[in-house]
Amino acid sequence: MYRYDAFDHRLVQERVAQFRDQTRRFLRGDLSEDEFRPLRLQNGLYIQRHAPMFRISIPYGLLSTRQLRKLADIARRYDRGYGHFSTRQNLQLNWPRLEDVPDILAELADVEMHGIQTSGNDVRNITSDHFAGVARDESVDPRPYCELIRQWAALNPEFAYLPRKFKIAVTGATSDRTAVLLHDVGLTLVRNDAGEIGFRVTAGGGMGRTPIIGHVIREFLPRAEILNYLDAILRTYNRFGRRDNKWKARIKILVKERTPARFARDVDDEWAHLRGGAATVPDDEFERLARYFTAPAYESLEDDDVAYKAAIADNRAFGNWVKRNVHPHKIPGYAIVTLSLKRTGVPPGDATSEQMEAIADLADAYSFGEVGVSHEQNLVLRDVRQRDLFDVWSRLRPLGLATPNIGLLTDIVCCPGGDFCSLANAKSIPIAEAIQRRFDDLDYLHDIGEIDLNMSGCMNACGQHHIGHIGVLGVDKNGSEWYQVSIGGSQGNDASLGKVIGPSFAAHDMPDVVARLIDTYIDHRHADERFIDTVRRIGVDPFKERVYATAD
Amino acid sequence: MPRLIKQRELAHEDYLLLRDARSLTDIPDAVRAIVPLALWTERRSALIARGEIGVWLAPADDPAVLAVDLAHLPVIAIDFPQFTDGRGYSHARLLRERYRYVGELRAIGDVGRDQLYYLAQCGFDAFLIPDGRDAEAALASFNDFSDGYQATTVRTPWFRRRQSAVANAIDTQFPCG
Repeated sequence: MYRYDAFDHRLVQERVAQFRDQTRRFLRGDLSEDEFRPLRLQNGLYIQRHAPMFRISIPYGLLSTRQLRKLADIARRYDRGYGHFSTRQNLQLNWPRLEDVPDILAELADVEMHGIQTSGNDVRNITSDHFAGVARDESVDPRPYCELIRQWAALNPEFAYLPRKFKIAVTGATSDRTAVLLHDVGLTLVRNDAGEIGFRVTAGGGMGRTPIIGHVIREFLPRAEILNYLDAILRTYNRFGRRDNKWKARIKILVKERTPARFARDVDDEWAHLRGGAATVPDDEFERLARYFTAPAYESLEDDDVAYKAAIADNRAFGNWVKRNVHPHKIPGYAIVTLSLKRTGVPPGDATSEQMEAIADLADAYSFGEVGVSHEQNLVLRDVRQRDLFDVWSRLRPLGLATPNIGLLTDIVCCPGGDFCSLANAKSIPIAEAIQRRFDDLDYLHDIGEIDLNMSGCMNACGQHHIGHIGVLGVDKNGSEWYQVSIGGSQGNDASLGKVIGPSFAAHDMPDVVARLIDTYIDHRHADERFIDTVRRIGVDPFKERVYATAD
Repeated sequence: MPRLIKQRELAHEDYLLLRDARSLTDIPDAVRAIVPLALWTERRSALIARGEIGVWLAPADDPAVLAVDLAHLPVIAIDFPQFTDGRGYSHARLLRERYRYVGELRAIGDVGRDQLYYLAQCGFDAFLIPDGRDAEAALASFNDFSDGYQATTVRTPWFRRRQSAVANAIDTQFPCG
């Protein structure tokens, strides 16, 4: 993975010193709350319901075990011994003290981490495929490109005070695992007929109050031009994005109001001036960055290791786990393993310091010392030998990290909600837990099959409810908490936005509502049809009728 | 009194900022002045003839309208009604890089020390620090960062300089941990 050199270290240390000074001036009263707020947000620090919330950047979801141990250590010493992995591949601490944040940042800098631009109206953490570099369906490894764009985004002087936040995802696989179409800018690495690498660029996607699927604004952008083109997009947005209304300030509104075709032309006009300029990336820079992401020392192995196959046959629990949590790897004899952070009774995405340390030990022993973070709020061991899978599973179980539910109903994507977040209209964690408890029969869960349930505590859609096959949105009705349900949303190449099925529900109704949606699916499904496929085939009405007919 | 910073030093006010001037009579005799874009557009010839006149731009103004006038403008001021309105950063870069403006580019309005480094990278070389802010202390913030990754008006991207810089710096003072 990428390693800081002296230059990277110096910039991050300078940033820590700058923020230490800003915090000191704020605490001394030299900076007002209004002056300090954008500065602390640009360093990942929110003031939340109970305490500050501090968001640490995990660039494109990749961690070394050294970094993971440091996160565990920081969570233990500065917080309450756990952290929350977010839907943007970041780690959030819910209980740090404002005064401690400069020290936390200094410790993070020692392990090549930071909180730069994890909040605020700026370019946020660059997210990517959590299987990047190891997926079988990958045509171009996105990681070197992510690092290039991370550097371009970090401390970019022109784009620190945008109309609103700006999220970029990069993928290089056939099957999109990044929700690339739901980003302000989505970059898909592709090869043209001549075999040259470039990007298909989409813009104007996003969730939040006005969910929109991104539009292709350029089918093939030569990779050398990526930073010039991003400058053109961001400059167009910085100058013309709306600043009069926070809810209309995202780039998706600009793209919509101008129309995607005109927006694309405006970007092209700007790009025409920048093209071939100083920010054009030479081939040797791509090669230099690619050298940080060369393959680890894989052994030469056969697929379908005999002992591994035997263990699947002998042990049903292990077999279930393999079925859900183990994914094909590009190297024969290896597998990708997802560690579920969705055990019932634990807020989705939360991990304790002890779990983080144990995962770091496992990654060192079995997976070349790297850990991935998925936007579905799970962790990933990227390079496990098939013959080690049984050992890994046996060690994950006592840690509570072997729940065999990846992609199933209980693998709920969920924001911290009203328990923690001051923006939330409603709690989300207890609803997720109630649904998990209702669906505690593993056989039934596996029978229901693949389904994405996403839950957000407010319009900001951190739980990405618009792209849940079932989406749940917490709403405020006269001071009490209600839940609006949508179905038919989906991430991936055929991304779609869910449709609201009707009036919202009280919290205690939610497990029943989900159960009725599932019953409807079971009654109507064709063989091997996923929930989302059934919704697409028969439409929303049968689900709606069932839910509301019996709800009274 | 607002304090002016120029070339990273405290400087004497040399231009009178006339935020609301609507006609030539609003400009006092024998002073250098910065006038609104609307007045400049309306009385361009007279103002060029008078000389020692600069223009200030609001965030919604298009700097392209000044492209043909740059040689006549010793100073262009860009207003930041709130420091969180970042349009002026892009406008400064456009003036410097696209229109090749070489005169003074002055940041006015809600300008504070925490913005100076980025403003300078985008081409500003003068800063009017409002009342109540410590302009002298702000000078240190030009050194908040020693460098950066991106192309700006004052540097090429780091990836274009890395090789020679690394070759010349055997005794790097920071560890490559």
